[in-house]
Amino acid sequence: MTEYLLILVSTILVNNFVLVQFLGLCPFMGVSGKLETAMGMSLATTFVLTLASVCSYLAYTYLLEPLDLTFLRTITFILVIAVVVQFTEMVVRKTSPLLYRVLGIFLPLITTNCAVLGVALLNINKNNNFVESVLYGFGAAAGFSLVLVLFAAMRERIAVSDVPVAFRGASIGLITAGLMALAFLGFTGLVAV
Amino acid sequence: MWTSFLIAVVVLLALALVFGGLLGFAAERFKVEGNPLVDQIDSLLPQTQCGQCGFPGCRPYAEAIANGEAINKCPPGGESTIKALADLLDIEPQPLDAEHGAEQAKRVAVIREDECIGCTKCIQACPVDAILGSAKHMHTVIESECTGCDLCVEPCPVDCIDMVTIQPDIRSWSWSPPEPDIIATDRQGART
Amino acid sequence: MTQLWDFSGGIHPPENKQQSTRRPIQAAGIPERLVLPLQQHIGEPAEAIVSPGDRVLKGQMIADVPTGMGVPVHAPTSGTIEAIEQLPVPHPSGMADWCIVLRPDGEDQWTELHPLSDYKHCDREQVLQIIRNAGIAGMGGAGFPTDIKLRPRGDRKVETLILNGAECEPYITADDLTMREHAAEVVSGMQVMAWILRPARCVIGIEDNKPEAIAAMRAAVQGTRIEIAVIPTKYPSGGEKQLIRILTGLEVPSDGIPADIGVMCQNIGTAMAVSQAVLEGKPLIARVVTLTGDALHNPGNFQTLIGTPVSYLLAQAGLQGAQLNRLVLGGPMMGYTLNSDAVPVIKTSNCVIAATASELPAPAPEQPCIRCGQCALACPMELLPQQLFWYSRSGEFEKAEHLNLFDCIECGACSYVCPSSIPLVQYYRYAKGEIRQQQAEQLKSDRARERFEARQARLEREQQEKELRRQERARAAAEAQVKKQAEAEQAVQQADTVDERAGKAALVQQALERKKAKAAQAADTDAPPPANATEDSQPLPDIDALEKQLLQAQGKLNTMQGMLEEARAQQADNVDKLERAVAKNHDRVERAQQALTDARKVLAKQSDAPAPK
Repeated sequence: MTEYLLILVSTILVNNFVLVQFLGLCPFMGVSGKLETAMGMSLATTFVLTLASVCSYLAYTYLLEPLDLTFLRTITFILVIAVVVQFTEMVVRKTSPLLYRVLGIFLPLITTNCAVLGVALLNINKNNNFVESVLYGFGAAAGFSLVLVLFAAMRERIAVSDVPVAFRGASIGLITAGLMALAFLGFTGLVAV
Repeated sequence: MWTSFLIAVVVLLALALVFGGLLGFAAERFKVEGNPLVDQIDSLLPQTQCGQCGFPGCRPYAEAIANGEAINKCPPGGESTIKALADLLDIEPQPLDAEHGAEQAKRVAVIREDECIGCTKCIQACPVDAILGSAKHMHTVIESECTGCDLCVEPCPVDCIDMVTIQPDIRSWSWSPPEPDIIATDRQGART
Repeated sequence: MTQLWDFSGGIHPPENKQQSTRRPIQAAGIPERLVLPLQQHIGEPAEAIVSPGDRVLKGQMIADVPTGMGVPVHAPTSGTIEAIEQLPVPHPSGMADWCIVLRPDGEDQWTELHPLSDYKHCDREQVLQIIRNAGIAGMGGAGFPTDIKLRPRGDRKVETLILNGAECEPYITADDLTMREHAAEVVSGMQVMAWILRPARCVIGIEDNKPEAIAAMRAAVQGTRIEIAVIPTKYPSGGEKQLIRILTGLEVPSDGIPADIGVMCQNIGTAMAVSQAVLEGKPLIARVVTLTGDALHNPGNFQTLIGTPVSYLLAQAGLQGAQLNRLVLGGPMMGYTLNSDAVPVIKTSNCVIAATASELPAPAPEQPCIRCGQCALACPMELLPQQLFWYSRSGEFEKAEHLNLFDCIECGACSYVCPSSIPLVQYYRYAKGEIRQQQAEQLKSDRARERFEARQARLEREQQEKELRRQERARAAAEAQVKKQAEAEQAVQQADTVDERAGKAALVQQALERKKAKAAQAADTDAPPPANATEDSQPLPDIDALEKQLLQAQGKLNTMQGMLEEARAQQADNVDKLERAVAKNHDRVERAQQALTDARKVLAKQSDAPAPK
């Protein structure tokens, strides 16, 4: 039981996928302009990550391993992720057309989100079982969402402040992200996972 | 060696087929009809139905925007509409496209009644039926309903319609924003 | 001791009240001209009921509000109406509005007064009407019609009636002196209001920096159940919502009014006006105005006629023009600068400050916000002034509104404490104005869309109706055609047994009859023409009609030919079209001629022989 809790703490805080492992920076910078879009994106990514993590684990354990095709894992995982993302896109389009329009190109770009592929591959490296894979994927998504929402809220405030002209937009955003990453470094050593 | 290669290819193909089938089914299941986004966009447009954007009315332009048209084509809406549309669609606001007209102060049409011949051409042109009158009778513009689109000026055969700028009134007055940032160092001429 | 609560925030600016309290209230006198704006209240502007040249008496109604919310305007003294025109009025914009100009005749003659000292035996509605017709609006600054305020909506019962004697803003002492010198009238006014509202509790809140006023009021409420509550001096404890919090511990809900929680707050001056209106029959024509500031030689409080120009008052108070740097109407926190001293005093003007340069210096330049948060500590409405500032500045009005921008009472406490001298209240006023404008525009565009869609629907409907009618006509024409065939066959059958000629003539006649009948019924329904297949009754063919037809056809032919020649001359495109038209008309002419000759023959035959059968 504690192991599962530790996995969650590790993926959300200590080894946060965005600020510590520097994966998934594209949607992190691209969708964090407004808080509402950031929340929508984080929900979509959570859905994709958890589902993709599970499906990749299943595909690896019950298809690739028995047939001794482990070298195909990268392409298989990409296939799985692409399908899940397509599916998610359809669901979003149906349930919230505005969110669909607002997320725009970033929704299908979740496919190329290295955090998603990263979670799938890391599950293999760490020899996680099924439950651990699920938690790992969910924890990664929760960490991504946490940071995305925090960052979006900050960017909204920064946008209306007196930022020097040279720094406006992405520059001050990246500097802020760097400072956030420094802050998250404070969690190092909390969990040895 | 060839067998494993073959197996690998077959497995991948099988996976691809299975997933393709799943997606196809999902596409049918989650089919989306219509576009509610258009209503939201339409509610932000000023409804003058003037056609300056190049579309025959505000709703067609709203539909075009939902399909990716630029949002800076509406002069009666001006900067505030562009900003509102940019907020809604989460895209960058752009300056008003000059080829569609420039933003002007609110105007209303006024008919010089002495010259009106009662031809009803302007009544047919007004998109919001803001002109009162009938054939061979005096026409007049209902000021509170006029949107200032100036579609009535062209059809008038005796050219008796003027577009008059609405003068500010003590009741329509509002505070102006404080003077922009002038910090102490500006006063000393330190700003580059 | 009355239990008191406190409100969060607030500031303690220097009071500067002692300059204007050294002397009792003085009469300002009657100026040369009185300028009476038609709108001195919230609601619809009043309309003048007098004309230039009329002589009016003191207290006579000279403008009334026919429909909508509002209170009438009365002549402050007897005199002649000089003009009704647009003149500068007290308004932050400095713009002009409709005013009645009255030239006093110096006699100060009252009109007929109808006091109602025994109001307790009257109908409540009657007393409220008296208050309305006396032109009483909230004199604390808002100008809301008092009779409407004293009529809370059905389900709201006022349990606590409060009189606002706090007068928390620096410099202003009008209410203070009113309480000192007219305590009895203030109390009787409150009693009238209490009789109307029947509250469980009546309390007058007075700040502790007015000991004389407190003593006077305490003496005046002896024997009544009105409480006098002495509250600590803090700005803005005279704000309605703040005073309610102090005296009752209750909070007025956001976007609501005190009546929602069973409380009502009235101004001291309003109470006195109510007393005078009901017990003496006198309308609201004067008020106490504080004249203060270092540029005045004799600052103090003046009993002023409504409509008195500020310039006259300043002269009364001994203005030293050279020292005057700024003229403020209202207090230093919530008042606004006057650009001209020609504006008149109205029902809601409580103070004029003639300040020197050192007294009210020019505001320091705005510096960047350092996010210190002092403004949030000072805000009496527990808002977030810093966030409101950022959003107002960057135009994110939706977010500002979401943070309760409209609950801001514009007291100025936040701007007062800001270390960067940011004019915060200006930003909020600007943001509120923009939001209101946007809402008005949204309403307008929604209305325009409705009208547009209604118009589209109407056009479509007309189109459909036209289509329907066209189809009807086509159907009727087809039916008529079928009928005609049937009749023709019938007639041909019958004609076989008789003279061929006669038969043909009969056919022609029938056709002519039908045509005439159809023409007669063309305006109405397209009913098939009356059957007249009976050969017995054969009316005479109409020679005149036929001749006319022939003439018409010939005329048309000539026109067509003319046009054809012109077209040929100009080598126009429609030459062949015109040629075809000419040919058609030629045929038509021939047919008409033939019909005429036939008809003539028939006629000739009929006149010789009996009906052919």
